[in-house]
Amino acid sequence: MGEGVARFWREIPQRYNFIGDRCGSCERIFFPPKESCPFCRRKSMGKMKEIKLSGKGEIVTYTIIHVGPEDFEEQVPYPIAIVKLEEGPQITAQIVDCNIDEVKIGMKVESTFRKIRQDGSTGAIYYGYKFKKRC
Amino acid sequence: MRDVAVIGVGMTKFGELWDKSFRQLIAEAGAKAILDSGIEGKEINAMYVGSMSSGRFVGQEHVGALVADVSGFSNLHISSTRIEGACASGGLAMRQGYLSIASGMNDIVVVGGMEKMNDVLGASATETLATAADQEWEAFFGATFPGLYAMIATKHMHDYGTTKKQLAQVAVKNHANGALNPYAQYQREITLEQAMNATSVAYPLGLLDCSPVTDGAASVVLCAAEKAKDYSDKPVKIIGSGQASDSLALHARRDICTLDSTVHASKMAYKQANLTPKDVDVAEVHDCFTIGEICAIEDLGFVKKGEGGKAIDNKITTLDGSLPVNTSGGLKAKGHPVGATGVAQMVEVTLQLRGDAKKRQVKEAKIGLAHNVGGSGASCTIHILEAM
Ligand SMILES: CC(C)(COP(=O)(O)OP(=O)(O)OC[C@H]1O[C@@H](n2cnc3c(N)ncnc32)[C@H](O)[C@@H]1OP(=O)(O)O)[C@@H](O)C(=O)NCCC(=O)NCCS
Ligand SMILES: [Zn+2]
Repeated sequence: MGEGVARFWREIPQRYNFIGDRCGSCERIFFPPKESCPFCRRKSMGKMKEIKLSGKGEIVTYTIIHVGPEDFEEQVPYPIAIVKLEEGPQITAQIVDCNIDEVKIGMKVESTFRKIRQDGSTGAIYYGYKFKKRC
Repeated sequence: MRDVAVIGVGMTKFGELWDKSFRQLIAEAGAKAILDSGIEGKEINAMYVGSMSSGRFVGQEHVGALVADVSGFSNLHISSTRIEGACASGGLAMRQGYLSIASGMNDIVVVGGMEKMNDVLGASATETLATAADQEWEAFFGATFPGLYAMIATKHMHDYGTTKKQLAQVAVKNHANGALNPYAQYQREITLEQAMNATSVAYPLGLLDCSPVTDGAASVVLCAAEKAKDYSDKPVKIIGSGQASDSLALHARRDICTLDSTVHASKMAYKQANLTPKDVDVAEVHDCFTIGEICAIEDLGFVKKGEGGKAIDNKITTLDGSLPVNTSGGLKAKGHPVGATGVAQMVEVTLQLRGDAKKRQVKEAKIGLAHNVGGSGASCTIHILEAM
């Protein structure tokens, strides 16, 4: 980001703890947690219950990033995937601990807690989930 | 609702315009459109301008008023509003201008779109563009804009057998069209080999699957259709307008390979125009990445889901095909100054329907469509136009 422009990534507890929520009306599960269910809307108000997710899932699609944002320039090339979690929600995350060629649609993966990025100007380090191959 | 017509269009050359400032670009595009329309400044009731991120690209916000100012209208105190919807900012501004005349509130409106993207360094441009994605749940983890479209491409190739060669053919076609457009950033043809072997940006997308980083501005003058002939010999009527949204994050969509915002916005516009996709003669679609054009021709209903790649093989969308797509060169070759794009698409479709597209002219083009997408599909606008 251009020099002198304030930028901070909010610390989001769900990003550390894999906390989603479940709609008390239709039982659908969301991650990140939603204030209301987009399928039930007002019927879901006050009925969204937090739930801890397993962090296990499968790759729906992926890419290998060769041209990255500033904070990631030293990590390229790195794989990014959309992962469908066992509980249903889909999320975007990096795939780590494997050869880039191994990354495939359908690959079974599990979450692992890692450093995600380091702010170029402030040096602040941010953590969150990445995914690795599930054996 | 009143009918609305386009009575004037103008744009700057698109490209890396080091010697032109943001303000000069806006003033140039606006002046061209206003001169083309024959209106006078004092007849303008309102202005709507699209800009995605003037604040990050050139350090200037409040560009609604700025546009009126640099256009020489500060003494006229014209209402001027900036609209933001990432790469669909221009399309959104078009629709606001359209609605304000259709509603009866205004008679003459100037719509503009602009972006000056080259004044920041490359990685900063990538990062600014990524603000169109979900910052907390996509960009935070290192997803880039090309990366999101690349994930659509990987899935499309997996589910429908679309090939890297078909993606490359989209680029080859659009560069061939761009070579005929004096306003395009890249007025040169490329070969299939070049497109397929270009350096990787985000697998499976290479450099030549991507739209470039571009400076440019475009403008359109709109008028209540009943008065259009007072100004223009060849007004073009807007017969359908649609807009839709979707989840900001790609991963939260119903189907990774379908831009539901395109499906919904186009249904809205087809219904208003009382037309089907088959009636469209020429289309400008949002090919920010080659896969974007393949998804677009599917989601707009030109071909069935999954058959976009085959349509490229069958040359349906080339300049002499049955449905020419991106005759301007598209975002790929004409360039993609994000806020300007939706307006520049309207410029091209208008030129085609007026018969003014010169070397790119599609024969007997009567109905044209412009399709502008924001982000990886969270916003979409559609406009359908017809020669009057
Ligand atoms: C693809 C991309 C990363 C390339 O940027 P880059 O690596 O900095 O490229 P450079 O500016 O160094 O250009 C290198 C050469 O390739 C050319 N080039 C760059 N991008 C090009 C493109 N998209 N198409 C064709 N040629 C391109 C340049 O003109 C230059 O040619 P030259 O050496 O003859 O002068 C950049 O264009 C990009 O980020 N595009 C995507 C934009 C985007 O996401 N838009 C929003 C979409 S919704
Ligand atoms: Zn529900």
